[in-house]
Amino acid sequence: MSPRWLAGKVAAALLTFAFVLVFNFFLFRVMGDPTTQLARLPRATPEEIQKLRANYGLDKPITGQFVDYAGDTLRFDLGTSQRTRRPVWTEIKDALPWTLLLVGTGTVLATFIGAWLGVIAATRRGKAADDGLLGFSLFTYAAPEYWIGIILILVFAVWLPIFPAGQQVTPGVEFSSWLDEAADVAEHLVLPGIAMTLMLLGQYFLIMRASMVDVLTEDFITVKRAIGLPWERVVRQHAVPNALLPLVTLSSIYFGMVVGGAITIETVFSWPGLGELSFDAINDKDFPVLQGTFLIFSAGVILANLLADCLYFVLDPRVQAT
Amino acid sequence: MSERGVRQLLFQTWRGRLGLGVLGLFIFLALFGSLIAPDDPDASSLVILGGISADHWLGTTEQGSDVFSQLLVGARVSIIVGFAAAAISALLGATVGLIGGYFGGWTDRILDAFENWFLVIPQIPLMIVLARLLEPSLGVLIAVIGLTSWAGTGRIVRAQVLTLRERAFVERARALGARDGYIIRTHILPNTLPLIFANTVLIVAVAILAEAALAFLGLGDPTRISWGTMLENAFSSGAPSAGAWWYVIPPGLCITLLVLSVSILGYLFEEYVNPRLREQG
Repeated sequence: MSPRWLAGKVAAALLTFAFVLVFNFFLFRVMGDPTTQLARLPRATPEEIQKLRANYGLDKPITGQFVDYAGDTLRFDLGTSQRTRRPVWTEIKDALPWTLLLVGTGTVLATFIGAWLGVIAATRRGKAADDGLLGFSLFTYAAPEYWIGIILILVFAVWLPIFPAGQQVTPGVEFSSWLDEAADVAEHLVLPGIAMTLMLLGQYFLIMRASMVDVLTEDFITVKRAIGLPWERVVRQHAVPNALLPLVTLSSIYFGMVVGGAITIETVFSWPGLGELSFDAINDKDFPVLQGTFLIFSAGVILANLLADCLYFVLDPRVQAT
Repeated sequence: MSERGVRQLLFQTWRGRLGLGVLGLFIFLALFGSLIAPDDPDASSLVILGGISADHWLGTTEQGSDVFSQLLVGARVSIIVGFAAAAISALLGATVGLIGGYFGGWTDRILDAFENWFLVIPQIPLMIVLARLLEPSLGVLIAVIGLTSWAGTGRIVRAQVLTLRERAFVERARALGARDGYIIRTHILPNTLPLIFANTVLIVAVAILAEAALAFLGLGDPTRISWGTMLENAFSSGAPSAGAWWYVIPPGLCITLLVLSVSILGYLFEEYVNPRLREQG
């Protein structure tokens, strides 16, 4: 059954993506009819508008337009940015690595620190450390991540100027080696990376804590203790590996949140990723770019969900057995 | 949900009191904030990004307006959008969950696929796209947030309805010839209401955060002051690099406190509805 389970997941992901494509097309065609934007052109004669419409393929029936759109999209032709006049795909390609760097750093740090804090809280349930960590995670959930980012700038870039407040590299500097450049990027990554980590940390902590609390009440833990294994070892070798599973599966719920955070955090730190690209598109009503980034964000979340499923499949033998 | 149990939960636990107290304060501000504000929040002056003083308790904005007055007035948008959007979300989620769970079959499969899709689509980008395509106003914000946040509620309600459907009292009603609409109204809905309510309180917190995020990205109602638009103005006018902490910290702190109070109440209700959570706590 196992390859079928995986095939089912892939099929579901493809179907969701197809649905996104249809939705994306109709959303921007119906609600943001490009003709109204053409009509904004001053001194355009009806003939010229007609010509432009033909240029954009708007004179075809709607189904034909959709086939064109889907075909273009699958060939990575996402149209042209109204703001920069560059192809949307080029804009996205330039921005994507920066977003992956920021989101990757935040996710990795939040997973490790969250898991570690979760174990601490679960093994000290009801004590001061547990209460404090629960309060902290609730606070990071309630505090807007861009506000945390602004405070980080205020404290670590303005009051104590130790870290750069924005952008990805120091502008106008010629680097002698790639190592220097990497060090400069790392320095710029510190504050947005912290903001991203703090946004995710609370959720990962709560998942790990709940999972550990569950595992610690199970019989095999009691047995391990009864045969005289030291508590430390029971926790490290038997409880933690079992409690890590939900961290993988449940964390996929938060991929959507990661994307939202990327938009606001990149905006605050002028980080040149997809989030800042979206923000510029919002401000300039650059609909082709907005449509493109929305598509990429959705595709990213679908893909991340699929990866989490696969990882779960690899990690949990019970799924393979069914 | 027995009335006494809820009252005890709200008034006799410290979490309940804290949550109610803070939320009460912000609802008071939403109603009367504009009356008690010391200054006209829109009035500009020559004191640009001025610090804390006797005239301006929390300094001034980049337009020379009084930050404290804007803060008091700003509560209204958060409260209105938070509760109205959560109400739309609850209505949609409950309807979809009840219908899908009760009728099962293809109805359920289609609704479930729809729900799954909404759960996968990243919410903030979807809201951004919708809000940008429409012209931002309070109504648009409420609709956009409400329409994008119901899927989780739908899923929880559906799961509950699936178990209720097989229970003896529903079987009995059906055997006695009761119609589907009657069964849903008198047997299924009353038993899912506590769950819907607890979940909706948590959605209020989500909606408040969503409004603030949209406003921060420049998609708020341009005619109204909200904490999100305050943060947007502060950020885009360079208040952080000017060190104007009095302008930058208070709006975010208000959002955080309001979301905290609502979340605490939501978790309390959730624990009450689902006792398994209490053991974990």
